[in-house]
Amino acid sequence: MSTAQAQVQTKWWGGGKSPFNLEYGKVMMWYFLMSDAFTFGAFLISYGTIRFSQNYWPDPNKVFNAFPLMGHANLPLAFVSLMTFILIVSSVTMVLAVHAGHNMDKKGVVKWMAWTIVGGIAFLACQAWEWTHLITGEHAVLIDGKIQEIGTTVSRNPWGSEILGLEHGEHHVTKTGPVAFGGYFFGITGFHGFHVFSGVIINIIMLLMATNDVFERKGHYLMIEKAGLYWHFVDLVWVFVFLCFYLI
Amino acid sequence: MEHQENIFPEVTFQPAHVDNAVFTKKVIRTTVILSVITLIELALGFVIYFMHKNAEYNHALVLFIKGVITILSLAKAFYIVSIFMHLGDEIRNMIMTIVVPLLLFTWFIAAFLIDGNSWRSLRNTEGHSKTYVEPVQEVQPEAKKPGSVE
Repeated sequence: MSTAQAQVQTKWWGGGKSPFNLEYGKVMMWYFLMSDAFTFGAFLISYGTIRFSQNYWPDPNKVFNAFPLMGHANLPLAFVSLMTFILIVSSVTMVLAVHAGHNMDKKGVVKWMAWTIVGGIAFLACQAWEWTHLITGEHAVLIDGKIQEIGTTVSRNPWGSEILGLEHGEHHVTKTGPVAFGGYFFGITGFHGFHVFSGVIINIIMLLMATNDVFERKGHYLMIEKAGLYWHFVDLVWVFVFLCFYLI
Repeated sequence: MEHQENIFPEVTFQPAHVDNAVFTKKVIRTTVILSVITLIELALGFVIYFMHKNAEYNHALVLFIKGVITILSLAKAFYIVSIFMHLGDEIRNMIMTIVVPLLLFTWFIAAFLIDGNSWRSLRNTEGHSKTYVEPVQEVQPEAKKPGSVE
């Protein structure tokens, strides 16, 4: 039966069948992801609103310019591009795991799920480094008439505008930047990182179920597909976090 | 290789079986598209970076480049959802129940960004009590050496 024929002849709303031609679990995963998209959307739009309301906002190219083991080199966008590619690659390995599941290929599922988990953990490690770097990297800022060295936290922001003619050692002294910057950055990348973390946990559970032949006994690997939907969604959200925090 | 069977009675038909060659081609093509778009976005990001080095850069052009980057990101989102998440292979009714509610985002984004802009205008005019003067653009110093004060 060809797909086109089936669609013409089927009374989708006649009862006894899924009008969306999908099993319950997958439909519900889609609706969960849609609601999650609105949650992330609300966070990002709130960030946009605050940013639009300010006359000054830190330049991401000047804030995110470090790379592990590269010392003080000025490398804007480099590290976050690496993180983006790690997520794209782990999305691809997830597609391959789902495809192996379609073919009832247990070995393939195990192999590609393992690579997907490695990608997820690599991404989380990158994020941990980036957060540590931002929180502990201190910069000279003029606060209440005194020069202080502060890092970026949810309550302090050293990325303000330059105070001309004031130097501290060999470095520029700045005003404090908008406080909301740290809160939004750590809040939104943290919420995304939490999704990646839970995705890794879900993928590990799927891997263990696959190695224990749970899906072989069930006769299908549709659980992998649902975990895959979640994992791709995490990649999808990163596209927009990457856009809003690092590119524009 | 055997193919998994349809074990859900509510599912009327399985998507047409794709053979491995077609599948591999599709995945490679999508991966290349996503990577190339990301590289273009990065290149545009660097264009903005170098434009910012000049204190009197062209604001309209920077805004235009940011718009292009946003559209490229939407293209990436389309490929991830349509190909990787297979939404493009589902039946039309299913696609519509996901895509139509997401249209709310057009209002959502427009309304809140306009609100943010109005807030900035109120800030700069002290609640419309004085005439609006474009504030002096404050300059962030060149990227400081990371962790410089250690």
